[in-house]
Amino acid sequence: MSANNGYAIEAEGLSKSFGEVRALDGLDLQVASGTVLGLLGPNGAGKTTAVRILTTLLEPDAGTARVAGHDVVREARSLRASIGLAGQHAAIDESLTGFENLEMVGRLYHLGRDRARDRAHQLLDQFALTDSGNRVAKEYSGGMARRLDLAAALVAAPPVIFLDEPTTGLDPRSRQQLWEAIREQVADGTTVLLTTQYLDEADHLADSIAVIDHGKLIAEGTSDELKRRVGGDRIEIALSDPADAARAGEALEALASEPARHDGAILIVPIRQRREAIARAIRALDAIGVGVEDIAVRRPTLDDVFIALTGRLAAEKSRQSEVLR
Amino acid sequence: MNPTERAIPTVIADSMILARRNLLRFRRAPELVIGFLIQPIMFILLFVYVLGGAIQTPGFDDYVDFLIPGIIVQTISFGGFLTAIGLAEDMQKGLIDRFRSLPIARSAVLSGRTLADIVTNVVTIAVMVTVGLIIGFSFRTGPLEVVGGIGLLLLFGYAFSWVFALMGLSASSAEAAQQIGFIAIFPLTFASSAFVPPDSMPAILETFAADINPFTTVVDALRALWLGTPAGNDIWAAIVWSLGLIAVFAPLATRSYRRAVTG
Ligand SMILES: Nc1ncnc2c1ncn2[C@@H]1O[C@H](COP(=O)(O)OP(=O)(O)OP(=O)(O)O)[C@@H](O)[C@H]1O
Ligand SMILES: [Mg+2]
Repeated sequence: MSANNGYAIEAEGLSKSFGEVRALDGLDLQVASGTVLGLLGPNGAGKTTAVRILTTLLEPDAGTARVAGHDVVREARSLRASIGLAGQHAAIDESLTGFENLEMVGRLYHLGRDRARDRAHQLLDQFALTDSGNRVAKEYSGGMARRLDLAAALVAAPPVIFLDEPTTGLDPRSRQQLWEAIREQVADGTTVLLTTQYLDEADHLADSIAVIDHGKLIAEGTSDELKRRVGGDRIEIALSDPADAARAGEALEALASEPARHDGAILIVPIRQRREAIARAIRALDAIGVGVEDIAVRRPTLDDVFIALTGRLAAEKSRQSEVLR
Repeated sequence: MNPTERAIPTVIADSMILARRNLLRFRRAPELVIGFLIQPIMFILLFVYVLGGAIQTPGFDDYVDFLIPGIIVQTISFGGFLTAIGLAEDMQKGLIDRFRSLPIARSAVLSGRTLADIVTNVVTIAVMVTVGLIIGFSFRTGPLEVVGGIGLLLLFGYAFSWVFALMGLSASSAEAAQQIGFIAIFPLTFASSAFVPPDSMPAILETFAADINPFTTVVDALRALWLGTPAGNDIWAAIVWSLGLIAVFAPLATRSYRRAVTG
């Protein structure tokens, strides 16, 4: 809504250290209004720290950020009226019922008593908690507590919500329900920043993905863009005779963007473009008499991206950056 | 849509909502309240019937008259325990993060806690006075002074809630907060005029108990208000002490809250 130039979240050069640890090291982020950004990164990458700064729970050592048009440091109070937060650990009052939890949060958002109550009923319904709404939250299962926590973040229907690993520890059905709820919010124009370690979650929900490691942005883009940028498409060919691998590799050089490699009888050829790749490959291999059992074009999964970017370890950092820039 | 309606006294309204939340827990855990009240009643009975016969309190008709104001002041000064424990728990469970992400004044969480303590302190005073009356305590002053005494107790208890708030925020756990509070404050309440007249103590302790310890000031002020003993400056001094504690500890607790980082 009040976001400048279409961005609901903008961060520039955010840095934060805890003693020796540089949790954030010049992080830049931009999230367009009404979209979902998935913030991916391994343990300790700085995801939670970023969320805490953007929700005014922590002040950055350096850098600036605006959320819904409000500066995270100078306009913290008005910023908080425009956000909802579900932190990494469920933050609910265990001695209150689910209903009382939501009603309290609604009133603290200054919805007024009646609206806070209406909203509480509505959200309990939406998160399949109606039956347990009058039970003390202490008795809730982990998944129910997590759902209640997310509901609390949505009470005021704020324009921007932050979800720090919202589905960690949920069973597949609860995850689906939660995803559904998040999609509904986005359909209503809400901007969402969600951190996750589940790549399929980012793939399903996020319009764009930011991968961070050691407090820095190391890649950014849509899921497709990332996949393409990291590995690109490749043909995987199951050869009838593994001994043909070297010859086959040479024959396919015209298609390849990088030298082919093989893994037993499977030949992997990174390719420049998908179009007609299979037909051309089959023709080329046929011409030199190499037998093919099976052939497919495969696009890297987000897992490949993640491992390539963060798991391919510090030693290969410099190569990674070349690939990405 | 902007969810914030700009009501004028929002801080107060927010604090009340949070105070209500803190009190709601008692509805489901009555054993908490009972535990909280049993101990002071036990102390009243032990002091009156076990020790009372051996303690000389010149100027008072009966030890129970001497004791009741003293033991109520002691108990009320620990009323803030609930704040310390509650805050330490909220920090541990990450609930503080939720509150800090809401559009409420940062002081509202703390004032919600300390306001709830006032309510529990009212209950404590009512129960202790009732027990006192049953075993022979009686007021020797008019209703105005009696109510004034209750007001003073609540003010003093409120001041200590801020002391405990700081402890709860600084301690690593609810249990630790309880220990620190106990070790720091319990001896002070005994080295005062609460349970025995200071002139029965060794010289140095007597000086501390009679002339320095604020607990003595508050206990003597309450005796003046409830029993009509000479007040001197005690009432004003007790009020000044309470306001002074609030002036020092409320900002310290608020600052500590602001810096609190959970998980
Ligand atoms: N309050 C703190 N005090 C000290 N160090 C901290 C604090 N908070 C975070 N850190 C450190 O900062 C780094 C980034 O932590 P952060 O919690 O942001 O990572 P994360 O990406 O959320 O990890 P995870 O996936 O495990 O939740 C870590 O090395 C962590 O140990
Ligand atoms: Mg985290």
